[in-house]
Amino acid sequence: MDIAIASGKGGTGKTTISMSLASYYADKEISVALLDCDVEEPNVNLFLQTIVDEEVQATVLIPAVNDTLCTGCGKCGEICYYSAIVLIKGEPLVLKEMCHSCGGCFLVCPEKAISEVKRTTGIIELGEINGIKYAGGRLNIGEAMSPPLIKDVKKYYPESEIRIMDSPPGTSCPVIESVRGCDFLVLVSEPTPFGLNDLKLAAEMARAMQIPFGVVENRASAGNNRLRDFCKDESIPLIASIPNTREIAVRYSRGDSVSYIKEKFSDELEKIADHISREVNGGTI
Amino acid sequence: MIKELVILSGKGGSGKTSVAASFASLAENKVMADCDVDAADLHLIIKPEVIKEEIFTGGSKAFINRNACTICGKCAELCRFDAIGKSLVVDTLSCEGCGVCAAFCPADAIEMKPHQSGKWFESQTRFGPMVHARLGIAEGNSGKLVTILRKRAKEIAVENKHELIIVDGSPGTGCPVIATVTGCSFVLIVTEPTVSGIHDLKRVHALIEHFRVKSAVCVNRYDINYEKSDEIAAFCREKGIPLFGEIPYDDDVTKAQIAGKSIIGYSSGPASEAIKAMWYRIEKEILTEGV
Repeated sequence: MDIAIASGKGGTGKTTISMSLASYYADKEISVALLDCDVEEPNVNLFLQTIVDEEVQATVLIPAVNDTLCTGCGKCGEICYYSAIVLIKGEPLVLKEMCHSCGGCFLVCPEKAISEVKRTTGIIELGEINGIKYAGGRLNIGEAMSPPLIKDVKKYYPESEIRIMDSPPGTSCPVIESVRGCDFLVLVSEPTPFGLNDLKLAAEMARAMQIPFGVVENRASAGNNRLRDFCKDESIPLIASIPNTREIAVRYSRGDSVSYIKEKFSDELEKIADHISREVNGGTI
Repeated sequence: MIKELVILSGKGGSGKTSVAASFASLAENKVMADCDVDAADLHLIIKPEVIKEEIFTGGSKAFINRNACTICGKCAELCRFDAIGKSLVVDTLSCEGCGVCAAFCPADAIEMKPHQSGKWFESQTRFGPMVHARLGIAEGNSGKLVTILRKRAKEIAVENKHELIIVDGSPGTGCPVIATVTGCSFVLIVTEPTVSGIHDLKRVHALIEHFRVKSAVCVNRYDINYEKSDEIAAFCREKGIPLFGEIPYDDDVTKAQIAGKSIIGYSSGPASEAIKAMWYRIEKEILTEGV
C-alpha cells in the first residue's frame, strides 16, 4: 500500500508526519519504506539519520548527435517541442537542461545519427534504520526538472507492505509525480489563512487525481475551528490533530520531533493508520 | 535602473510571504509580483483588485480523433510518459505535450491542442500595482508562468516609473525557483533555525550562487533555537553572505495573517520592529547604494 503525504503549503509538517507514521508502522513490525520525493529540498534523512549504504546516480536520456552521420536536415529541431535541440549553422546543438527525454529527435532522424545517452540529474540515497527502509532523491543544484528523479525514487522497495512518499509542497508537476498511483493521500495542513488556502488547492488536486484523501491538522489551537469547519463543509475526513506547542517547534528545530510525537501523540498516529487501513484495505493492515 | 528584490527560502513555511507582505507595506513606489504560482498566498494579505485577467497557455496536450484512429497502438508504444494506456485514451495529467504520438501516428489521427494551464492577473492594491497568477491544478510549466509575471512586472514598473519590484518566490530549487532567480538583482533568503531550515538554506544559496546573484539572509523565529541560529550566522560568515535580520518568534505574525494584514500594519511588536529594521537596511544597502 502506497501512502503519499502532501500539503499544498510548505512547512506544515509533512516530513514530521511521514517520519512518525513510518516509525509507527515499523514499531508494529509492518515492513515499511519511507521515500523522500521532495527531491529539491530533501529533509527526511536529517531526521531519520540513516547511514547511507548506497548512492545511485539518477539519470535521464538526452540525445547525442553523431556529426559524421548528420546531414543537417533539421527534422530533430522541428519535432522538439521544448527547443532542446536547435540547428545552428546547419549543426544540431543539444540544450540538455531543456530536454524532456521524449525520444522524438531520436525517432525522427532519417540518418539514425542520434543516439540517446544518460545524463545525471541527481542521486538517490538508500539505507535502512530501525526497521524503516529509506530511499531519498536529491536533485542536483541548478537542475530544473524534478519529476524524472521522483519517478525513479518511487521504484524502490515495491515489496514493502507500506510505502510512504514524503512529497514536495505545491500542487504542480513534482507533487503530481509523487502522489500519482498512491492508494491514499494524507494532506497535512494548519489552521491559518495560508494553510487553508493551500489545502483547498491540494484537495482540488486530490479530487482531480481521484485519490482518496484525508486531512491531518497540525499546529491546532483551541478555539480555532477554521480547518475543521472547512473539512466538514467539504465532507473531507479530518483524520487527526496535533496541537501547536512550543515544545514541538523546539524539538523540530533540533531534529528530534518524531520521538516526541510518538511519545505524546501515538493515539493520533494510530488514528491515521486506522483510517487509511479502513479506507484502502477494509481494515486488514 | 529597475531593481528586482526576490524573497526565497528553500524550505517552505519559513515566512517568505509574511516578509514579502511586510515589505509591500514598507516600500514606496514599487510593483509586487507573487511568483509562487503553485500555491500563491500573498493575495490573502494584499487583497488585490484584479483589473486584467489573462489566460496562460503553458503547452499542448494530445487529442485522438476516434474516427481516424485505427487502434494500431503506436502512440501508446512510443509515449515515454505513460500518458496513453492500452485503451488508447490520453491521460492529460501525464501528457507532457511532446507531440511524439502525433508525429508518428500512421493514421494522422492525433492532434496537439494548446492547453490552458492557468491564469495570470494584473491588479491594483493598497500597496500599488501587483501581478500574480493561478497555475491550474496538476499543471506543469510553472517556470514559463513565472517568466511571464516577471516580464509584465517590469513593464508596469517602467510605465509607472517605479524603480523596485518585490517578488515573492516559491519553495524548492527547481523549475519555478530557477525562473525567479535568473537575472534578478538581489535575493533575500528567509530561513529558520532548524536542521531542515539550515539544510535547505545551503541548497538554495548554492543555487543563487550558481546564477551569480547577490543575496542576504534573514533568520525567522531565531529565538526558537539559539544554537541553530548561531550555526546559520557561522555559515553566512563563512560564505560572506550578509545577515540582514533576525526576527523573533511572535504570535502577532499568525494573528496578523488571520486578520488579513501585514505584520507591519497589525502590530508594533518585536517581529514587526525586526522586519522594519531589516527593511531599512535593505533600502540603504541594496536599493539606494546599488547592487
